[in-house]
Amino acid sequence: MTIAPDFINDKKIAQHPAIKYFRFGAPGTPHIWCEGCGIGQIFHYTCIAIEELGLDPNQVVWVGGSGCTGRMCTYWKYDYMHTLHGRPMAYGTGIKIANPSLTVICHMGDGETSAIGGNHLIQTARRNVDIVAICINNYTYGMTGGQHSPTSPTGSTSATSPYGQIENSFDLCKLVAAAGATYVARATVVNPKPAIQYIKKAITKKGFGFVEIAAQCPTFFSRSNKLGDNIDMLEWMKKTYIRKEQFDRLAEDEQSGKIPWGEFVDCERSELVSGLHQLARLRKEE
Amino acid sequence: MNIALAVGTVFTSAPATSWKRKIVSTSEESTPRMYLISMPALVAGCASCIVVISQLRLPRHPGNNRKGYQVSNPRLLTGTHLMNGQVACAEGAIAAGVNLFVGYPITPATEISERLSRRLPQVGAIYLQGADELDSLAIVIGSVWGGYKAMTATSGNGICLMQENIGYAAMTETPCVIVDMMRAGPGTGVATKTAQGDVFQVRYGSNADYSIIALAPESPQEMFDLTIEAFRLSEIYRVPTFVLGDEILAHTRETVIIPPQVHIQERYTTEQCPGPGYKTWAVPEGSRIPPMPAFGEGYCLAVSSFARTEDGSPTQNYSTYKPLIERLWNKVEEDQDALTQVETGWIDDIEILVIAFGPVARSVKSAVKQARAQGIRAGYCRLITLWPFPDRYLKRLGANLNKVLVAEMNMGKVVREVERCLSASTEVELLSKPGIELHRPSEILEAIKRMA
Repeated sequence: MTIAPDFINDKKIAQHPAIKYFRFGAPGTPHIWCEGCGIGQIFHYTCIAIEELGLDPNQVVWVGGSGCTGRMCTYWKYDYMHTLHGRPMAYGTGIKIANPSLTVICHMGDGETSAIGGNHLIQTARRNVDIVAICINNYTYGMTGGQHSPTSPTGSTSATSPYGQIENSFDLCKLVAAAGATYVARATVVNPKPAIQYIKKAITKKGFGFVEIAAQCPTFFSRSNKLGDNIDMLEWMKKTYIRKEQFDRLAEDEQSGKIPWGEFVDCERSELVSGLHQLARLRKEE
Repeated sequence: MNIALAVGTVFTSAPATSWKRKIVSTSEESTPRMYLISMPALVAGCASCIVVISQLRLPRHPGNNRKGYQVSNPRLLTGTHLMNGQVACAEGAIAAGVNLFVGYPITPATEISERLSRRLPQVGAIYLQGADELDSLAIVIGSVWGGYKAMTATSGNGICLMQENIGYAAMTETPCVIVDMMRAGPGTGVATKTAQGDVFQVRYGSNADYSIIALAPESPQEMFDLTIEAFRLSEIYRVPTFVLGDEILAHTRETVIIPPQVHIQERYTTEQCPGPGYKTWAVPEGSRIPPMPAFGEGYCLAVSSFARTEDGSPTQNYSTYKPLIERLWNKVEEDQDALTQVETGWIDDIEILVIAFGPVARSVKSAVKQARAQGIRAGYCRLITLWPFPDRYLKRLGANLNKVLVAEMNMGKVVREVERCLSASTEVELLSKPGIELHRPSEILEAIKRMA
């Protein structure tokens, strides 16, 4: 049952564009995220993208895994599937095969996308399944207390890299592009308009749409790396993330420590689900 | 006491006679019905013969859709075929109405994939090769929530990889069929040789408490029959259901008769759609199983393997968690009388009962027949339903038994369950072979003589 808690009476909150997509009643409502966390912003962006595209929310399934980001799908008021750590894309593939008219959106954290779900990521991109994967990159495993993830910058500290991360970090956009997705983009929470634009494009584009959105984790990543509060982290992001075009113009030594954002891939390739259904139709007719 | 359900007919272990078997359901409250599978009539050319795969008295809840019975199915390759167990299993899945199969190649289950990759598009269904076993079962579960009937097939090592998703399917009450063609292990073991080592793995492999159903065929014919049955039971109970075959069944070619009609169980769903506010996990009065709508139908489904309340919200409360876990466990375990399928022979006047499952039971039947010829009062009980384990049935059967021999191709798994069911005064002996080699009838006969 939808329980409208007290804060819904707050006029400002009641007018929030994402509130009508929000599932109330869960323990800990409004949500489990820490103060200043960037994940809620991406909930907002996704809702805006769905609204601007005029999609019937009953035809949109949110799929999530474990961790802070994994919980996002459980706040989606319509159909959601909260699955296993790292596996939302495989579950999403199944949903899409069974009902190709659905829009399937997987929200995943950086840890589950790049570490435990790494194979699902590259296979979904290779198959070019018509689903959307939004990777919320906050460089850390937040739910378990701030351990390093494969996207943590080399040298950064965390609960399990107290002497600095000695592993190299992943560039997920390069990986997904190489694996064959038809749409790959990166944005940050400090650029909401492009972020919403990329999500919309990933949804409408036939084929696998991958959007990496950098978000702040003031509780763990920022604290262990002394980056300040959430506002300071946004400032850090503004300095670190630069437009792809600008990045490409930089000399190699200037590029170090900078991360490009923008659209990396926007192409056409054959898509899995329509291919499977077409094969079934053709063979049955014979 | 209803021990009258014993079937005294003489059985041989020849595959074609599996149609003659009597499947009995066991029940405390009344005399069990017996159903004779009337295959000889079909063999004799009776076109109107309806083959009842099994007619167990299943719980009366809305999911037990009697209207779905005896649906004529254009997917059936009606007729007599020479097939190995994997091909028969694939045809069983098609007959049961599978929409999607996802599997990762693994010996000895690869031919199921190969057959289905060719056959499924022909019937308008979908085959997809998984990137691994985790991927396979995850896609299967996702598609079931999209409204499909789906299956995967693997061997013991693949089941190891699937355990996480099996737990997810159990917790989210997702009906799906998982075929486990057991092979010698542990680890890689021997890919092309048989064993029966996965008995506990399929039951208890994932974390914490849940229940599943597992059926153990003994012939390619039963690979066909029980695959259909597995789909039916998985829909009724909303649990992952296993077909527990092995390498012998995978590679044995025998006569498989595909009937003109089979029973199909449609998904138990609901037409009341209130939209937001629908309680995904609310169980109707008098039932243990909630209805299962699909995504995209406007129900605002909250699917999660979190311990949850009726509306899907995560909960940490003992008072909510306890009834949930008890229901997940009991919906199958408490219904074991309805689910128990066994085949028995010569058990009216027995001194020694031999218990086995799968292909080992075929050696057992031969050995018991020879023992009878030599004047030893032996009988056998072949377990078709392995999980839920037929505790109550064996308790009744074993009430007056002194000697029980359990033959299985592992170091002793079903024997532990049997010992648990029987009284301490019953002498239970294990005739174990760890795998690779099937029991010979002579070995079983020797053990029977030793005990007699």
